[in-house]
Amino acid sequence: MRLRSGFGLLAVISTAAAVAFLILPVVAIFADVSPSQLIDALGEQSAREALWLSLRTTLIAMAIVVAIGTPAAYLLALRRFRGRALVLTAIELPLVMPPAVAGIALLAAFGPRGILGGAVEGAGLELVFQTAGVVVALVFVSAPFFLRQAIAAFGALDPRLLEAARTLGAGPFRAFATVAMPTARPGLAAGLALAWGRALGEFGATLLFAGSLQGVTQTAPLAIFSEFSRAGGFVAALALSAVLILVSASLLIGIKLIGGDRAAEGAPE
Amino acid sequence: MSGLVLAAETPLREFALDVELTIDTGERLALAGPSGAGKTSVLRIAAGLLRPRRGRVALGGETWLDTGTGVEVATEGRRCAVVFQDYALFPRLSAWRNVAYGMRGPRRERRKRALDLLERFEVAALADAGPASLSGGERQRVALARALAAEPRALLLDEPLSALDPASRRNALRELHSLLTELKIPVLLVTHAFDEAALLAGQIAVIDRGRIVQSGGAAEISARPASSFVADFAGAVVLHGEATAAPDGLTVVRLCGGGELRSVDAATGSVAVSVFPWEISLQPHGIESKDSMLNRLSGQVDSVTAVGNRVRVAVSVPQPLSTEVTAQSAEAMGLRPGTRVVAAWKATATKLIPL
Repeated sequence: MRLRSGFGLLAVISTAAAVAFLILPVVAIFADVSPSQLIDALGEQSAREALWLSLRTTLIAMAIVVAIGTPAAYLLALRRFRGRALVLTAIELPLVMPPAVAGIALLAAFGPRGILGGAVEGAGLELVFQTAGVVVALVFVSAPFFLRQAIAAFGALDPRLLEAARTLGAGPFRAFATVAMPTARPGLAAGLALAWGRALGEFGATLLFAGSLQGVTQTAPLAIFSEFSRAGGFVAALALSAVLILVSASLLIGIKLIGGDRAAEGAPE
Repeated sequence: MSGLVLAAETPLREFALDVELTIDTGERLALAGPSGAGKTSVLRIAAGLLRPRRGRVALGGETWLDTGTGVEVATEGRRCAVVFQDYALFPRLSAWRNVAYGMRGPRRERRKRALDLLERFEVAALADAGPASLSGGERQRVALARALAAEPRALLLDEPLSALDPASRRNALRELHSLLTELKIPVLLVTHAFDEAALLAGQIAVIDRGRIVQSGGAAEISARPASSFVADFAGAVVLHGEATAAPDGLTVVRLCGGGELRSVDAATGSVAVSVFPWEISLQPHGIESKDSMLNRLSGQVDSVTAVGNRVRVAVSVPQPLSTEVTAQSAEAMGLRPGTRVVAAWKATATKLIPL
């Protein structure tokens, strides 16, 4: 693009503005927090508990999302059936649902007076004000991010490759594991990164469905809000935010590195 | 009965597929027809990748599919190897891992066997290369090696040469010819090019809109097409001979059984000569002609078959050759079985395929 053209210049200015606007708040957090304050904030038991809870619940939620979402996405990507478009739209609904609405919806479904409340109780499960409830909320809001990417990744797979595997004696599972998975891996990793990021930042649905009990359901974002609401708690909120940024950034980068595109794998060294 | 037997009836997008075919062990059948005729569907039914509404597929007495009794062997249980049109090599696996995919046994042994096969296809040096870095011809060889590595009981090839550029296509055609003649299993080849079918397969079944409209040997189909569709489709007469370079820069081909041809294509040794019937003109025997056609073979008319407003004439030169004339000129020349004629065409219309 030639910069001398008016449009070229406009595009450069827009890019600069967008990047600056998106980076500035992140930089500001670290500019406002001194390393000693960061360490102090981590010394607080409530902060440590919140971070640990966030890590634990998001990890469990991601395990559920990947374990159930991967075969489901594979089926949705490869099979053509009546009502497929409807199913695809339905599973994306939580993406556009305000988090508070998601919390209410979860209560209506699985809460004590929800339509499946009796069944949940009958199974000996307690969700509301429990860590398990946090996991349910995280799975609900983050699964669509993974599913979307996974469906797209499997959908881009050449069906001939799976057929070729089967003519060579591979059953459906071996074809999935040895041909579909390696080819779709970068897409699955990108979906996992998005879903994990969404889960780490989850606030509204967790608050409404599971509450904000320190050590039980108070995840890092809830702890940040709780510090922020407390008189004189802004610095602690800032410090916890900085830690959360570091944790999520390293998780996302880690996933990208592990699952990244290694198309050159089979190429000569 | 150890061959591949297939009978299937199933609706396709625009017409119904209704075919029956038998391929004996070691026999090569080419299913030839225009794009969209249903060729690939037949191949997919044989491999178990498409289930016909009604049909039966069996190999060597073992039933793979019988919609009547509900028997169905899954693709992975058939050991029926397929070379796909675009080769469908696994993009994340190196060449040798592609070849070893269908093999059983410990890794070291599989690698050795894969390398041996790649060696046989003259691409052993590329064993560790990924499919993306291979040329079309190299991919085709890896795909063939992969298909044969699984020790298949039947081999199906879907337009095996169409992904190649014309130069590598000619080489690949030669190699495929010698490979396929060695195989001791039924081979089904799907192609839209009649000359490919004529060269690679012993039997040809011409398919149009889901039905086999004529089957037999290439020369027979070309000489006596059952319809004007087959006449148009079954071009390219294929003759065999020995090529040598001539001092004038052309190539001289001594045909098996007698006769000599000239071509502008360069080649030496054993060759297949292909020429389209509409390039060949017929002239009465014993009359001097002043046209520019370098190739003149005299022979005897075998058969005269009317196809629409044209006439297909089969001539023994002595190899079988077919040509087309209008009904009027057939009449004027008094063409009938036994008539002596001269078949003439240009050196530029004579394609050579080294064998």
